[in-house]
Amino acid sequence: MDKKMTRKEYMQWSQKEAPKTRKGKNMLMAFLIGGTICTIAQIINSFLLSAGMVQEDAGTVTTLIMIFLGAFLTGLNVYDDIGRIGGAGAAIPVTGFANSIVSPAMEYKKEGYVMGVGARMFLIAGPVLVYGIVASIICGILYYLFA
Amino acid sequence: MVFIRAFLLGGVICVLAQILIDLTKITPARIMVIFVVTGVVLGMLGIYPRLVEWGGSGATIPIIGFGNVLAKGVIEDIEKKGLIGAFSGGVRAGAVGIASAVFFGYIMAIVSKPKIKNKS
Amino acid sequence: MGTRLGKQTIRLDSRPVIQAWAAIVGAKEGQGPLRRYFDEVVEDEYYGEKSFEKAESKFIRETISKILMKGNVSTGDIQYLFAGDLLNQCTATSFGVSASEIPYFGLYGACSTIAESISLGSMVVEGGMAERVICITSSHFCSAEKQFRYPLEFGNQRPPTSQWTVTGSGGVLIGSAGDGPRIVHITTGKIVDMGITDANDMGAAMAPAAVDTITAHFTETGLPDDYYDMVVTGDLGEHGKNLCIKLLEENGINIKHCYNDCGTMIYSPEQGTDCGGSGCACSATVFAGYLLEKLSRREINRLLLVATGALHSPTSIQQGESIPAIAHAVGVEMQQN
Repeated sequence: MDKKMTRKEYMQWSQKEAPKTRKGKNMLMAFLIGGTICTIAQIINSFLLSAGMVQEDAGTVTTLIMIFLGAFLTGLNVYDDIGRIGGAGAAIPVTGFANSIVSPAMEYKKEGYVMGVGARMFLIAGPVLVYGIVASIICGILYYLFA
Repeated sequence: MVFIRAFLLGGVICVLAQILIDLTKITPARIMVIFVVTGVVLGMLGIYPRLVEWGGSGATIPIIGFGNVLAKGVIEDIEKKGLIGAFSGGVRAGAVGIASAVFFGYIMAIVSKPKIKNKS
Repeated sequence: MGTRLGKQTIRLDSRPVIQAWAAIVGAKEGQGPLRRYFDEVVEDEYYGEKSFEKAESKFIRETISKILMKGNVSTGDIQYLFAGDLLNQCTATSFGVSASEIPYFGLYGACSTIAESISLGSMVVEGGMAERVICITSSHFCSAEKQFRYPLEFGNQRPPTSQWTVTGSGGVLIGSAGDGPRIVHITTGKIVDMGITDANDMGAAMAPAAVDTITAHFTETGLPDDYYDMVVTGDLGEHGKNLCIKLLEENGINIKHCYNDCGTMIYSPEQGTDCGGSGCACSATVFAGYLLEKLSRREINRLLLVATGALHSPTSIQQGESIPAIAHAVGVEMQQN
């Protein structure tokens, strides 16, 4: 190896030579897929409202249905394709949260139902719950003290 | 039109996440953590509820909306029960989301098995 | 008894012979440009087994049977087995070879394992410690994704520098006598770590190791850089291949005309694998399928196989460590008449 090039120089050079992420296309697809998923949720929500549900319950039931859809499409081996095309547009909606729970659970089923499915289910979703709950408690304490 | 607003807001939130992923090489798991924490903070500050009012599902369906739900629950419980509400509110308000994800996740994991990917 | 030519290189004077070879691959590899060179294409990613790990073991087991059949020998004729894979503690190999009852050395060289096993196997044959050895490796897309990356059904996007783990197994039977391609030179790599920490950029992590080994090979053997009909690296992919060519040029070695990379050969661009193939089976199946076939037909006469490996673990990556890389070179030649 050429001794003239330092690690830092190599890192910069190799990154310059690397194939580039297609940022424009990724952004467009994230917008379209993410927007579509939210619109589907809005349609479900409006339907529930028109069926006589109160706003708060309709929102909760909509979330529940979307989580079911995310889990269901993951089980059908479809959501990974939606994620490949949509990127963050598929990962950020709750359907993506459901995908992050179902996919490791499916993958690690062979390691048993307790330490496989049960434990690995939270491989990616676990941190979301941990940081969400910790942040909400810290913010809550601050709110109690100052508001 | 509420559907168009949901599409626009949901799309914009996802694009922000995509930009973060592409520019910083942050992993998807970390993006989800960043967004949920952001949702908690914006919810506490009273900013996110206004987005929910405007964009409906476009604001509640992205994971950042889950952070807002946690914040909303904490505020409600603090108003009712005082400091203990900081601990009880979040999980109470997020219960349906967490429980349904675990439940449907468990069921789907049992009935289906992973397949090889075809393309990257 | 072999001659030491330098710090990293030896010449095998008895020129051990590759008597037989076989490669079995998965469905995606079977759709690639090399499909007709593989002994078998397995369409089912589970290979009729219950888990991906069991499927990978079956790839090894079946490939060993193929090699024995093609070499017209039985397990009792083989004195040693040099083998390894990508999984933790090399379990795919251990389960795959257990029924054969051949004395076994388990190796871990990540994607460089095929050249590592051939190096050791042919040294043992050269030294007269064995008459026949089998050198074999395997990898499986699904078991590798599970161990090194995300669950298969997780909807993530792969960055453009990422590579696709080849599903399959490839191996060779090396013996002291016979016709066929002969192993003449061995250049053993040393760890080269240029500080790349991104496990999705293995091409960049491994290219300097390949350059280091190729440079050492030509320096220590004194061979001209147009000596080989083909110089083939293991799994640098499009990105790493490009870096490798440029770095070699800086070192004054020009092999552009005869250089290729197994990772870029095994898939066609339409197959959507970003930078190309990787994994132990990448260089193993291309070598034991395509390259040895080309040698035995004398379409090429001299080949330098430089299998490259990224020796990181999921733990080392999560702890922010850089990727240690290695490359082992094996010079294979047809007998000149």
